[in-house]
Amino acid sequence: MAKSFRDSLEAGFTITAEIPPPKSVSFPKSIEVAKKVAGKVAGLNVTDNQRGMMRMSSMAFSHILLGVGCDPVWQICCRDRNRLALQSDLLGASALGIKNVCVMTGDYPTLGDNPGAKAVYDLDAVQLMKLTDGFSNGKDIRGGVMKNHPDFFVGGVVNPFYEPIELELLKLQKKVNAGAKFFQTQPFFDIESVDTFLEQAKPSGAKMLIGVTPIKSMKMLKFLNENVLTKPIPDGVSKRIEFASDQMMEGLKISAEFINGIRDRVDGAHIMPINQVASLPLLLDMVEEGNGA
Amino acid sequence: MVYNAPAMIITKKKDFEEILFAIGDTRSLFLLGCGDCATLCKTGGEPELKEMSQKLVAKGIAVTGTAVVPAACHELDTKRVLRKHKDEVDKAQAVLALICGAGVQSVGDNTDKPAYSGCDSLFIGNSKRQLHYYEKCSACGECVLNDTAGLCPETRCPKSLLNGPCGGAVGGKCEVNSENLCVWIDIYNRLKKAGKLENLLLKISAPKDNSGLAKPQKLELKREPGR
Repeated sequence: MAKSFRDSLEAGFTITAEIPPPKSVSFPKSIEVAKKVAGKVAGLNVTDNQRGMMRMSSMAFSHILLGVGCDPVWQICCRDRNRLALQSDLLGASALGIKNVCVMTGDYPTLGDNPGAKAVYDLDAVQLMKLTDGFSNGKDIRGGVMKNHPDFFVGGVVNPFYEPIELELLKLQKKVNAGAKFFQTQPFFDIESVDTFLEQAKPSGAKMLIGVTPIKSMKMLKFLNENVLTKPIPDGVSKRIEFASDQMMEGLKISAEFINGIRDRVDGAHIMPINQVASLPLLLDMVEEGNGA
Repeated sequence: MVYNAPAMIITKKKDFEEILFAIGDTRSLFLLGCGDCATLCKTGGEPELKEMSQKLVAKGIAVTGTAVVPAACHELDTKRVLRKHKDEVDKAQAVLALICGAGVQSVGDNTDKPAYSGCDSLFIGNSKRQLHYYEKCSACGECVLNDTAGLCPETRCPKSLLNGPCGGAVGGKCEVNSENLCVWIDIYNRLKKAGKLENLLLKISAPKDNSGLAKPQKLELKREPGR
């Protein structure tokens, strides 16, 4: 295996990407993509029933990715398990060789495909980070000594477009105090906003992986603007997509340029290829070829 | 009877068809309401008992009598009313209680007749004006209001987050229900105004201790001599 996610982030600019676990037990296409990108990304982030949509366990899929030479960044959210289940999963994941944990609260079940599910949230993201960090330092939930303990690289998420941003930055600091070392952000589409955010987040001292999402069509751009993003995609980007002969290719090109444009400013980029995981190898090739650099 | 007091246990009417299904082949019922919360919620006061009687009679089910207990969660009150209406209760095969779940069980525990429920109990409600009820406390057993500027995140955040917002709010509105402001933004604004922002928001709240909350809970106070 190439350099681990943790070592890569310590060493310099790091690219990670997101891959959702399948809603099935057979997933040759995902594995094919994972194998292709294994040497090109430092970590593959595995979502945990993202948006409350039922998928294969993120721990199981992380383990499968480990088997094909990737370093998984295992996402674990607080929505579905109480503290007993979370702790056993932390031990289980560590025993399976998973080293990186990205902790988050988790979208509420009514937003997903099991709206009647009981929302657990027995621990919140800060408490789970503190617990995970404690495990990594040989302490159990009560502060007792834990022998043969896991050693996780703990991270989380931060929303740079949250208002009031001061509140989100306080929460970021709280997460850092709880042991989080790296953060993934919502997608950015302009470098100016990245600079503003990095300045704001600087006091936390945490490693920042700037979110990148390739736009494959005007329909997707409209959807993101209306339903996902709190800050609209800049005109320059939407015009390029709108007038492109191949909107998907243009979206990948924009992302590649963006990644190469932030390379010198930040710890890393985190690619979230919404509904275009198959394009990931091509995007990474474009980044390597130095698009926009 | 006090009708202008704020309601506490908020209830909604069950569908009539659901009630009919529950009572099965019961052909005669005694109806009970509650003069407190269920009256205020318009689920189990005098008018609702009358309406229910008419609907049942139209389906060929006899109503042997009706009564409103002053406060059905007060078990002695319920027992007294059932005793007062003994003849009508005796004539019925069962009692249908248009009351919260606590009240229905007061009935069931104080008569030999089966007690059916005509309402669903929703939450402890604060009232801003008549018929408008809002959940602000969930009786969680470990009050954090002193740390959160008097706003309860356990209840007013769908995720019951104790360490700040989830980050999902858009334009200050909760991701779960866009009609609601994110309570953590309210907490933040109040703390900021009071100059207590960093101290309180940077303190990591420990996980809640649920060990004392096993159901069913009880509280039995001893009378102090002379009081």
